[in-house]
Amino acid sequence: MISPLTTTTSVQTSLLSVRALSVEFRTRTGTVKALENISFHINKGETLGIVGESGSGKSVLALAILGILDRAGHIPTGEVLWSQNTETYNLLKMPEKKLRQLRGKELSMIFQNPRVALNPIRKVGKQLVDVLRCHADLPRSALKNRALELLTSVKIPDPEQRYDAYPYELSGGLCQRIMIALALACSPQLLIADEPTTGLDVTTQATVMNLLKDLATDQTMATVVITHDLALASEYCDRIIVMHAGHIVESAPTHPLFSQPRHPYTAKLIAATPEPHKGFNDLIPILGSLPDLRRSDLPPCRFISRCDRASEQCQQEPLTYQQLEVDHWVGCWHPLGVLQ
Amino acid sequence: MTLSQPVSPLAQVRYILSENYVTFGAFLLFFVMVIFALLGDAIAPYDPLASNASIALSPPSLAHWFGTDDLGRDVLSRVLVATRLDLGIAVVAVVLSFALGSILGTCSGYFGGWCDRIISRIIDTLMAFPLFILAMGLVAALGNTVENIIYATAVINLPLYTRVVRAEILVRRDAGYVEAARLAGNGHLRIMAAHLFPNVLPVMMVHISLNMGWAILNAAGLSFIGLGVRPPTPEWGIMVAEGATYIISGEWWLAIFPGAVLMLAVFCFNLLGDGLRDLIDPRMRT
Amino acid sequence: MSRPSTLSIVIRRIIGALPSILGVIIVTFVLTRALPGDPAAYFAGPAASQEAIDQIRETLGLNRSLPEQFIIYVGELLRGDLGNSLTTGQTVVSDLLTRLPASLELTLAGLVFSLTLALPLGILAATRPGSWIDHGVRVLATAGVSLPTFFTGLLLIYVFYFLLGVAPAPLGRLAILYSPPDQLTGLFLVDSLLTGDLETFRAALGQLMLPAITLGLFALAPLARVTRAAMLSVLSSDFIRTARASGLAPHTILFGYAFRNALLPVVTTLGVVFSFLLGANVLVEKVFAWPGIGSYAVSALIASDYAAVQGFVLTMALLYVVLNLLIDLLYTVIDPRAGVES
Repeated sequence: MISPLTTTTSVQTSLLSVRALSVEFRTRTGTVKALENISFHINKGETLGIVGESGSGKSVLALAILGILDRAGHIPTGEVLWSQNTETYNLLKMPEKKLRQLRGKELSMIFQNPRVALNPIRKVGKQLVDVLRCHADLPRSALKNRALELLTSVKIPDPEQRYDAYPYELSGGLCQRIMIALALACSPQLLIADEPTTGLDVTTQATVMNLLKDLATDQTMATVVITHDLALASEYCDRIIVMHAGHIVESAPTHPLFSQPRHPYTAKLIAATPEPHKGFNDLIPILGSLPDLRRSDLPPCRFISRCDRASEQCQQEPLTYQQLEVDHWVGCWHPLGVLQ
Repeated sequence: MTLSQPVSPLAQVRYILSENYVTFGAFLLFFVMVIFALLGDAIAPYDPLASNASIALSPPSLAHWFGTDDLGRDVLSRVLVATRLDLGIAVVAVVLSFALGSILGTCSGYFGGWCDRIISRIIDTLMAFPLFILAMGLVAALGNTVENIIYATAVINLPLYTRVVRAEILVRRDAGYVEAARLAGNGHLRIMAAHLFPNVLPVMMVHISLNMGWAILNAAGLSFIGLGVRPPTPEWGIMVAEGATYIISGEWWLAIFPGAVLMLAVFCFNLLGDGLRDLIDPRMRT
Repeated sequence: MSRPSTLSIVIRRIIGALPSILGVIIVTFVLTRALPGDPAAYFAGPAASQEAIDQIRETLGLNRSLPEQFIIYVGELLRGDLGNSLTTGQTVVSDLLTRLPASLELTLAGLVFSLTLALPLGILAATRPGSWIDHGVRVLATAGVSLPTFFTGLLLIYVFYFLLGVAPAPLGRLAILYSPPDQLTGLFLVDSLLTGDLETFRAALGQLMLPAITLGLFALAPLARVTRAAMLSVLSSDFIRTARASGLAPHTILFGYAFRNALLPVVTTLGVVFSFLLGANVLVEKVFAWPGIGSYAVSALIASDYAAVQGFVLTMALLYVVLNLLIDLLYTVIDPRAGVES
């Protein structure tokens, strides 16, 4: 299996390098092959977008990297390489205790629906202090002040009062900022933001994303933005990975991806995304739906049933990735715009 | 996959039961209990009321599987015959409770407004009492008879049925088919009785089954403290009460056998209820 | 959004309990005065002469109209007059007060026993799904509610007193050899500890164990089941995932975050559990000859001591209302959202 972006040079310069990662879930009705052979990397300070439909495995990928998959999940193959202080560690093989020291400190995550992602019966300030107490090397007396500083850094007005607030008393946007404060409390190297703007209104979305961008620049933090919103990804990300049904189908810097999509799925996603100049009738839905990932007879390319370019080759041969341009990879036998 | 000919109901039942051994077992036990209740007199090896002082307090033996009590009566026969009374009290009480509770709950849920407020207030007031104690008070006020045990048990089970039916009706009140029935000119009574309530029945079957166990326990508890049933009538609660004095001196069979059978009966209904619930709506599981 | 003060929440809850209290009083009124038959005959007792019955009718105002009777009844209640007991000859109120501490001690001990087992079992079952503890708790939950309390009690007596000889004879709160400790709270365990009388403490504890366990076993099943269910539900919720992603230590997540949230349904269930407990109390007191208000009521029932029985029902109902109020308040302490009325 040839995987993209795993040349030795990229491993050396990248912060996080995922190689041939597969994730399965055991359920009563069968084993769900949620992720298959996922490989990508992210460099220091970069903003990477992971886009795809609901159910494409984006969130599972994030949870697997952090090591907080559901009990039913299990990782048959793959490596997650993390570089820190010129050392490289495989997160999947790390003992839980050491992993916990990384989580929340060097490697953080924020989630969608911030209001329910915070402990409903604990004051938000206290929740911040919990994380600080766990990871930061501060004396007890300094914890509250540091928490207040964090609240200020995420631009929460009136931090003294908000410190004592409960999540139900705050708006969705404020809760998301609290989550960002929690995640950034110890200046992590990498932040994974899973659908950070879903459930928020448009103005708040922009504020939250701008906040993330500013903080990332200030702290030279790499960000992974997981979203189904292509427009959001196009605006804030340096590079984008497109996922479909547990596979990466395309990976490219933002501009080339949108101007010259190579995978039929990417093209269809773009065509289905609303834009100011497009009328409702200009939007083209993608036919079909995600295949049932419990089936044992899944084709090598999981897009086959929805693809109008599929051939015998797609049914038979295992999926490989081709590099079409610098840094532009696609997993398809019949990519767009390439003469066969 | 091609469609074969339609599956017969018997095959369906067999399939469902094969997936749920425990429920199947509970069904069998339920069946056995019903047989005992109906044919207890005929099956019992001895006359449950026949006393024989010479063999009083003899431990279980081949002749008397459950031993004999302080008056020389065969415990097994008494336990068998008692099934009718214990199950009977519970069944009648539950039926009464269910009938009245369904009417109150349906009206309450369907009409809303003052009707709902008054009925809910009454139910809340009943629930403000520890239910067993309310039953004690009712029997004291109405008189110490088996009939009143039934009424008291029915009253304390009323809140459960009223509330559940009300909740189910509330969920379905604005459903499409109700609206259609209304537009077709059906009166309130017809809508409630013929359209709404039948849809609630499957869920109610689960509650009835689970409640039966509780009703049996309640009735046995009341007779344990001396209400309702009088000696020498065989009934599980009163048999445990009579046998209690002998346990301290080691004659355990007088109290333990009726108590164990009582427990088995309640367990059977609880398992049945759990099984029904899994069949009808697994989401109800806590 | 400002939160209402604790005091205002407490006051609002108390006011909310008033309709229940009124309802209880009305129901007991109906039970005592408004049922078919001659209430005066009930109160006078089965052995009373016609004159005695007429006398009672006068004294209790049973010949007046119902609304008048209700006012008289409420007046009596406010004065603390629940009538006189035929069997003891004392006022029902003094009888009940003398015996209340015994029942309270029993119920509290039972509750403590049941919570001490139910909470850890529920937590363990939830954190180790599919293990034998998990299956065990689920079986316990179904089997536990099938157990007749009086049967369990007798079984325990047979095994631990008769067969094993480790438990003392089930003859009440203290064996004859011992005298009760000085009355401070009425709870023998507390009083003997407070007066430093360790011998009596041990004796009282020994007598209390089996009845408390019997009572507690009854509450164990629903409490363990709801703890397990609540923990399962909370552990799979979003905010626990956030806590794990933040790298918090497992025991912080389990107790500080998960358990506190899981307590909410448990506290709610306590209300229902208390209803069962107060009823089961009566049965346990009979089995173990425990001199509480439950056994008082049982003897009153058999002797047709009408006033005593109704006094008992009223007292237990009011106690239950107060307990529910306390549970409600406990809930608002744990859950800051509860004080906010929507």
